[in-house]
Amino acid sequence: MIRFDNVSKEYRDNGNSITNALYDITLGVEQGEFVSIVGHSGAGKTTLLKMLLAEESPSTGAVFFEEVDIHGLSNKEIPQLRRRIGTVFQDFKLLPNKTAYENIAFAMEAAGRSDEEIAADVPQALELVDLGDKVWNFPHQLSGGERQRIAIARAIINQPDLLIADEPTGNLDPLNTQDIIDVLRKINELGTTILLTTHNKGVIDDLGKRVITMEGGRIIRDDKHGRYVL
Amino acid sequence: MYSISICLLFVFYPMFTTLRRIIRSGFVSFWRNGVVSAASVLVMTVTLFTLGTTIFLGALLHSSLEYLKEKVDVNIYFVTTAVEDEIMGVKTALDTLPEVAETVYTSREQALEEFKTRHENDYTTLQALEELEENPLGASISVRAKETSQYESIARYLEDHGMAGGSEGSIVESVNFYQNKTAIEKLNGIIDGMDKISFVVTVFLVVISVLITFNTVRLAIYTAREEIAIMRLVGADNIFIRGPFIVEGILYGIFAALVTLLALYPVTKWLGDETERFFGTMNIFDYYMQNFWQILFIIAGAGIVLGILSSFLAVRRYLRV
Repeated sequence: MIRFDNVSKEYRDNGNSITNALYDITLGVEQGEFVSIVGHSGAGKTTLLKMLLAEESPSTGAVFFEEVDIHGLSNKEIPQLRRRIGTVFQDFKLLPNKTAYENIAFAMEAAGRSDEEIAADVPQALELVDLGDKVWNFPHQLSGGERQRIAIARAIINQPDLLIADEPTGNLDPLNTQDIIDVLRKINELGTTILLTTHNKGVIDDLGKRVITMEGGRIIRDDKHGRYVL
Repeated sequence: MYSISICLLFVFYPMFTTLRRIIRSGFVSFWRNGVVSAASVLVMTVTLFTLGTTIFLGALLHSSLEYLKEKVDVNIYFVTTAVEDEIMGVKTALDTLPEVAETVYTSREQALEEFKTRHENDYTTLQALEELEENPLGASISVRAKETSQYESIARYLEDHGMAGGSEGSIVESVNFYQNKTAIEKLNGIIDGMDKISFVVTVFLVVISVLITFNTVRLAIYTAREEIAIMRLVGADNIFIRGPFIVEGILYGIFAALVTLLALYPVTKWLGDETERFFGTMNIFDYYMQNFWQILFIIAGAGIVLGILSSFLAVRRYLRV
């Protein structure tokens, strides 16, 4: 479903010194997998995820999403790609001037879904993340855990093929962390592929799924039923 | 026919839905970003008020100049022995000149009547007039040109045709252009100068206030750059992101135009009598009321265009994928 072919990424500072974010990454992810990516800060995890969203482009190599070369897409096609990928981030990235309901509905409106679909799906998604009673609250009226659950509801509302979660539990306490991981696991069981990055050893060991370990822009381990080893 | 309309419905319905969502979203963010919206509306009000002021100043200037121009004319005084037919011949000749707007003939009798009414309280003068057996006043033609700058060429025409006055055998006694010449030339200079100065001042003021509005809207949208990034991430395309901001820009324009038009009401009312007394020509309050719809159209139009343009340019920076 996802394929990285010899992907490297270099950043140039002032035209002379070159910083390498990724070295020659080759990686495949199958439909329905739950893959965790671990590594120190600056190991290249986020750069890898940004390439899937066409926010970054590789210096060499290519990234494929279901046989489509992501970086061959035109500016018009990129939004359509992004509607098929749900995203969850450490800092939630909710629209501050929209209520919980509107934040989720926005993703559906952007995808051009009908009013009837929106009215039917948004309450369901809010129930799924257990926030049926916070529909009309603004993000600043919600706790960190609640905000992240809104973000997850938004990420899955368009039934994406892939969910990218970039350190989703980074700002949460252990109890909320467990809740979020449980929700992600539930979504994965329903068939959505998940790419998760995290620094949380407990989460990785508890999941018992595939773990990719990165260091200095390279993949140093790829275990089918991995543990957090760094 | 029916199937065509069904097809059209399928093509346009999603467009309407998107448009409706964009408009609603624009209204909602205008309302929820209350403070930012109020600040933008206020700044734009200053711009539109400047524009309104220049409209009024222009009108005042124009009407005063028109008034002065009306006052300027050239009079041809004929000798008392001139025959009316000859005088009418001159009048007809003048009427055919392209520069001439109007000629008014005053006969000897009329001149006498006017003289009498002008001096009705001046007993000695009237008595002196009585002493004379014959009417001492000659007929005259007053000529008004279309432009004050054209009096020169009218005077030259009279000169070329031996009607400059004073010459032997001419029916013309005198032409007062030569007495009025310096005044007319000065007025021409003032008109030219005022036109240029008011144009430069208007352009200057409008450019400055437009730049200030651009910057304010840019700042308002700068605060929303994170949101724009999030919208892109969720898969919104450029129209869907930009649309609500443009709707907000239009709302800034409409509200600013409303505030401006409301503020102009007391201001012109207060200044109306003053301007009438000072310029002696027009009352800007009456002008405002008479031209209300035109002024509304200009100010609201400028506000909306400014709102759209500044939002459009400001969002563009954050839309690069």
